[in-house]
Amino acid sequence: MFDLDLWREIFQSINKNRTRSILAGLTVAFAILLFTILFGIANGLKNTFKEAFVDDAINSIFIRSGRTSKAHKGMQAGRAIQFKNEDFDYVKEEYGEGIEYITARIYLNVNASFRNENNSYNVRAVHPDHKYLENTIIKEGRYINQNDLKNKTKVAVIGRLVEEDLYLKTKALGKYINLNGIQYKIVGVFTDDGGDNEERLIYIPVTTSQLLYGNNDYIDQINLTYDMEMDFDQAIDFGNKLEKDLKERFIVAKNDQRAVRVSNMAEANKGVTQFNAVLGIIIFIIGLGTLIAGIVGISNIMIFIVKERTKEIGIRKALGASPRSIVSIILIEAILITAFTGYLGLLLGVGILEWATPVLEENFITNPGISISLVISATVLLIAAGSLAGYLPAKRASKIKPIVALRQD
Amino acid sequence: MLKISQLHKSYPIGDSSLHVLKGIDLEVNEGEMVAIMGSSGSGKSTLLNIIGILDDYDEGDYTLDGVVIKDLTEKKAAIYRNKFLGFIFQSFNLINYKNALENVALPLYYQGMKRKERQEKAKYHLEKVGLLDWAHHLPNELSGGQKQRVAIARALAADPKLLMADEPTGALDTTTSYDIMEFLQQLNDEGKTLLIVTHEEDIAAMCKRVVRLRDGVIMEDKIVEQVRAATVNV
Repeated sequence: MFDLDLWREIFQSINKNRTRSILAGLTVAFAILLFTILFGIANGLKNTFKEAFVDDAINSIFIRSGRTSKAHKGMQAGRAIQFKNEDFDYVKEEYGEGIEYITARIYLNVNASFRNENNSYNVRAVHPDHKYLENTIIKEGRYINQNDLKNKTKVAVIGRLVEEDLYLKTKALGKYINLNGIQYKIVGVFTDDGGDNEERLIYIPVTTSQLLYGNNDYIDQINLTYDMEMDFDQAIDFGNKLEKDLKERFIVAKNDQRAVRVSNMAEANKGVTQFNAVLGIIIFIIGLGTLIAGIVGISNIMIFIVKERTKEIGIRKALGASPRSIVSIILIEAILITAFTGYLGLLLGVGILEWATPVLEENFITNPGISISLVISATVLLIAAGSLAGYLPAKRASKIKPIVALRQD
Repeated sequence: MLKISQLHKSYPIGDSSLHVLKGIDLEVNEGEMVAIMGSSGSGKSTLLNIIGILDDYDEGDYTLDGVVIKDLTEKKAAIYRNKFLGFIFQSFNLINYKNALENVALPLYYQGMKRKERQEKAKYHLEKVGLLDWAHHLPNELSGGQKQRVAIARALAADPKLLMADEPTGALDTTTSYDIMEFLQQLNDEGKTLLIVTHEEDIAAMCKRVVRLRDGVIMEDKIVEQVRAATVNV
């Protein structure tokens, strides 16, 4: 039931006792403000780390070749190591069980043209699995498929920006593109979260490339993703074994860092995951800490308020106030102040985060933010704590004999 | 209207207990003006608190206006206090952030009276104590005598059966004390029943009956010739 007089009493009490009202309000507002900002920044930091790995599959292993840097088993240093189809097949066969996706890569630089438009682009000749390794998003059409490989078809999948550059706002799909004098049919257009450079690429089938540009079976790089069932340590072992085998296969010294290079994302990811876990714990502690500080603060103030009002409570009781009305007047006041100022702190915190986002994003904090439901829960928690902290002493105060309360000075 | 028999009260002090009231028998009729006297520690304040339902007692009987006052719940006690009793304290006990009018209206709020009616009635009582012009002043803007008048108006507001004053002049100078007493005598003339705790002989002499307490028992209970405060020269 709405009791206008009760609210009048409460508002008068809040209004006429400004110092303590403001003090209580500040505590709550500040706790929520800090909670929001700290949590937001911590979230932003987490986002930054997440984003750094968004482009490539997190379980990637890249195998590259170079020249030997050490003489080994009668071979001189400086020998060039060249991967071939048979090496690709070897890896696929020997490690098949631990592999999720695997592709070869051949790098080409071409001059591409369509009608009067032309430009220079990087081409990657790949297997169909490449799509998953690079997190390529097909916008229109399809990716390279097994048929293309088998028939060595002259098809290309081009990036969004290639389409923009050469096809001038018209659809590229189904049209032809000229790569160093050879016409390819465009079967797909893709986008990629990895940035503009990734969207200026052209993919063609690896077999087509081998046939048309050199007529050999050379490949530049082998990329694969390991089975996600493996944990980081197993994945790192998997990568190490692969590297050891390949070094033996190419008769390269074990400690030769250049001839065969296997870079395993599991190693970096293990670090990042551990870092993220620690970050999560830090965020949790920060959040819990600010909340506890807020709870302790508001509890203290509520206890103080009730202490301060003991005499008033005695007077009211002598004049015929029931214990219930005493408790409700104190409790509603507490809830009102904490709810209002908690909301204020929330608005302020979210506002500051919003305002500071451009500055923060320059400093490796991506999209700092906090879910509204989380802040609201935090505010509600503070209100509950404040109410409880007010309720207990208010209940006690409502029970003390008026005469005892009146004697207090 | 008030009947007490064989009233006992003790306070626990550490492991032992202090026996403050040791069998009090007291009867007060309507329209009386009774002074309760005694040195400090005689039990006079304890007796007043029990009569005022501000404190409870251990043994004996207490009836107020035909209602047995015993083992009341807090809620019941609050209702009876509001209905039967008006309090005047030595230290005035006004709520410092409420103005005079709001202080006087407070017991009416607890009676559940409508705001407008409350204001009217509070104004009437403030006028009665001669402070209508000060209605919107806060207690700290009033003199001691004015504060006590506001407190009296507040005690009167709920139209209680019994007015109880605990050392009402204790914090006031003699002139102001006599002014207050004059006013209380007027109220008594109008038929209000008053119970005044004091340790000052001159104040007691202004009542119609004096009850003296010592060590928790009534030593003396006699009707006195009332000294009119208005006739006393300071």
